[in-house]
Amino acid sequence: MIIKCPWCGPRDSSEFVYQGEGGRTRPDQSSTDQSAWNAYVYDRVNTAGDHDEIWQHSGGCRSHLKIIRNTVTHKVLSVVFACDTQDQEKPA
Amino acid sequence: MVDQLSPLQPVLEAGRHPLADHSVGVTLGETQPGSIVQLAAWRGQEGAAVATIRDVTGLALPDGPGSGAFAETKAAFGFAPGKFLVIDQDEGLAAIFAGAVTSETGSVTDLSHGRTAIRVGGPKAQWVLAKFFAVDFSLSAFPLGSGISTVHHDIFAQIQRTGLEQFDLYVFRSFARAFWTSLRHASEEVGYEVQ
Ligand SMILES: [Zn+2]
Repeated sequence: MIIKCPWCGPRDSSEFVYQGEGGRTRPDQSSTDQSAWNAYVYDRVNTAGDHDEIWQHSGGCRSHLKIIRNTVTHKVLSVVFACDTQDQEKPA
Repeated sequence: MVDQLSPLQPVLEAGRHPLADHSVGVTLGETQPGSIVQLAAWRGQEGAAVATIRDVTGLALPDGPGSGAFAETKAAFGFAPGKFLVIDQDEGLAAIFAGAVTSETGSVTDLSHGRTAIRVGGPKAQWVLAKFFAVDFSLSAFPLGSGISTVHHDIFAQIQRTGLEQFDLYVFRSFARAFWTSLRHASEEVGYEVQ
């Protein structure tokens, strides 16, 4: 699998580390809502198809990346810097 | 200034290890720069960092990811967004940058004792390096002066092209001896000379 890093260009997937599903919203640090924390820690969409993911180019420029990858075909549909997206983790 | 001791010192031995036809495909050596400095610019301050590099070293970095430049005793290239490696054969570069980079622009990290610089040159340099890194080393993909960050298993490497057939590699000093040994093994099939 080749991932085209927006900075480094096309690189082998072995240079990247998967950091989990994208688009998750962390509950407020002071929240005591157990079900919200449970959902944040354990619930995943687990899409069979185009999947929103966070990766890091750990063996390269070390940027965090937001990637849309098809989990059925492994085709990488888009790669952008995570810092340029609106869905960075923020308190709800 | 604390003396710099090379981690390769116990194993680096100059000499030729040619093929049966007496040819060597690569030359390997250590460039032992006095200064290896990392510059990190805050977001939006990349241009200011490039200007500071030009003011301090005289090296003009073109725009674009991984762009770089080199001269006789100095080199610089971008290795990540807003991050640059600057190398000088003389010591003291970090102190000069510390005076030239303001806290509004970014940060300066002295890596002079933390990295080992290995030079791989010769007609088979691309061939040998391609055995380590899943990177396109051809001149069109990896132009003269430009640099990259990549990895050989756990050994992180920053590489700059400093000649049509020459690359300078910067690896963590704690991995340098292991990497050097691997490099010699990988060079055996093309014949090599340690300088
Ligand atoms: Zn990258």
